[in-house]
Amino acid sequence: MPKKYDTPLLDQLEKGSYPSFVTEIKKAAVKHESANDLLGALEQCYKDKKTHWKHGGIVGVRGYGGGVIGRYSDIPDQFPGVAHFHTIRINQPSGFFYNTKALRELMDLWDHYGSGLTNFHGSTGDLVLLGTKTENLEPLFAEVSSRGWDLGGSGSAMRTPSCCVGPGRCEWSNIDTLDITYSITQEFQDEMHRPAFPYKYKFKTSGCAVDCIASIARADCSIIGTWKGDIRIDQDAVKWYAKNGMDINAEIINRCPTKCMSYDGKELQIANEDCSRCMHCIAKMTKALRPGKEKGATILIGSKAPFVVGALLSWVVVPFMKMEPPYTEIKELTRKIWEWWDEFGKNRERTGELIERKGMRNFLEAVGLDPQPAMIREPRRDPFYFWQPDELK
Amino acid sequence: MEKEEVKQKIYALVEKSVGRKKLKSSDIQKTISAELGISRDEVKNALKDLIDAGTLIYTYFGGSFVEIPPKQ
Repeated sequence: MPKKYDTPLLDQLEKGSYPSFVTEIKKAAVKHESANDLLGALEQCYKDKKTHWKHGGIVGVRGYGGGVIGRYSDIPDQFPGVAHFHTIRINQPSGFFYNTKALRELMDLWDHYGSGLTNFHGSTGDLVLLGTKTENLEPLFAEVSSRGWDLGGSGSAMRTPSCCVGPGRCEWSNIDTLDITYSITQEFQDEMHRPAFPYKYKFKTSGCAVDCIASIARADCSIIGTWKGDIRIDQDAVKWYAKNGMDINAEIINRCPTKCMSYDGKELQIANEDCSRCMHCIAKMTKALRPGKEKGATILIGSKAPFVVGALLSWVVVPFMKMEPPYTEIKELTRKIWEWWDEFGKNRERTGELIERKGMRNFLEAVGLDPQPAMIREPRRDPFYFWQPDELK
Repeated sequence: MEKEEVKQKIYALVEKSVGRKKLKSSDIQKTISAELGISRDEVKNALKDLIDAGTLIYTYFGGSFVEIPPKQ
């Protein structure tokens, strides 16, 4: 397909040492009219210093309330190839594990029905297909779903749950993040495809506190693997690290956030009762330290990016929960949280914002959790729990 | 309560709100379950049928709503 537009402003974005999305659009433009027009439309946006995209609307596939995000150009006559340029979210496999056959199959379909442009992966975790026409939505959906794929979540719904690679590739994972994510996805299909919440609700599951997928900052419900009991120490391996040049005091002891470790040049000691299980020492001394044997997860609620109020990090609500199939405890807790949020949440108010507005005390009472010291967010703050008059009788 | 009757009530509610207020799925569930004295799950189920049949559709305008599809 011949080049249709000069794009001096976009060309600037190809300079520099990082990969450029402009280069990728240009590659797709060789085959796809819509990608070609996308270059022109984007150049126009840069020239006019304003977006020419409209967002939302009534696009979708029958029966689903999410998974397709409507994008329309406000200058369709100028760039007919992107008059509609809808985004499709495909539910990614847990931990982003694909085989090449599956990817080729999907990309062949996308070359046929769409612009050929993709985003692996969106910040939601979904596999994102960028740019197709309204009339292609149903046939594309029929093709992808017949091959075992499903649409992801969008709008005021449970969003596609995502997780780190977990036990698939990481020996430090305390929980089976892949299975948990799959199980949550299957359990809450209705909540993902039929938007009925005040706003979005995200699950992200990390195998340990290193939190490679940043669940603590990006999910309404962060499930983070942890353990009970003492960190297991191999003192011979500690000696091996010292002998091979590790400054244990500088790199490990002094960086422990709770100062619960000591090293006398011979033995490493840990006051486990003071450990906050941040994983720093374990991640640095992988040969010498291992988590305790009893594994589970800490459940945190409420993180989000700025919108109604500013950015929030998730807040501990269950310090330790066993995470074994069929994960009944987390599913029941989730249903209670949703019930409370549905009752009191305003339009476009996230769970974290509702907790800020109504108070943690109300939240805990509503979902039936007892207050615990691990829930206190920072020292020397007034506790959020007070006795109710009838509890004093 | 027959499911058909619930479906009719839902459709009437959405139709009545056209041009006044966009209804969310949870608004419909709350209103109809209170009005008919049935569970929210029953309303949800009837709504699912209406959506699957294309009688009602989901729309997104800074939040997800249930609406009557536009006439072609």
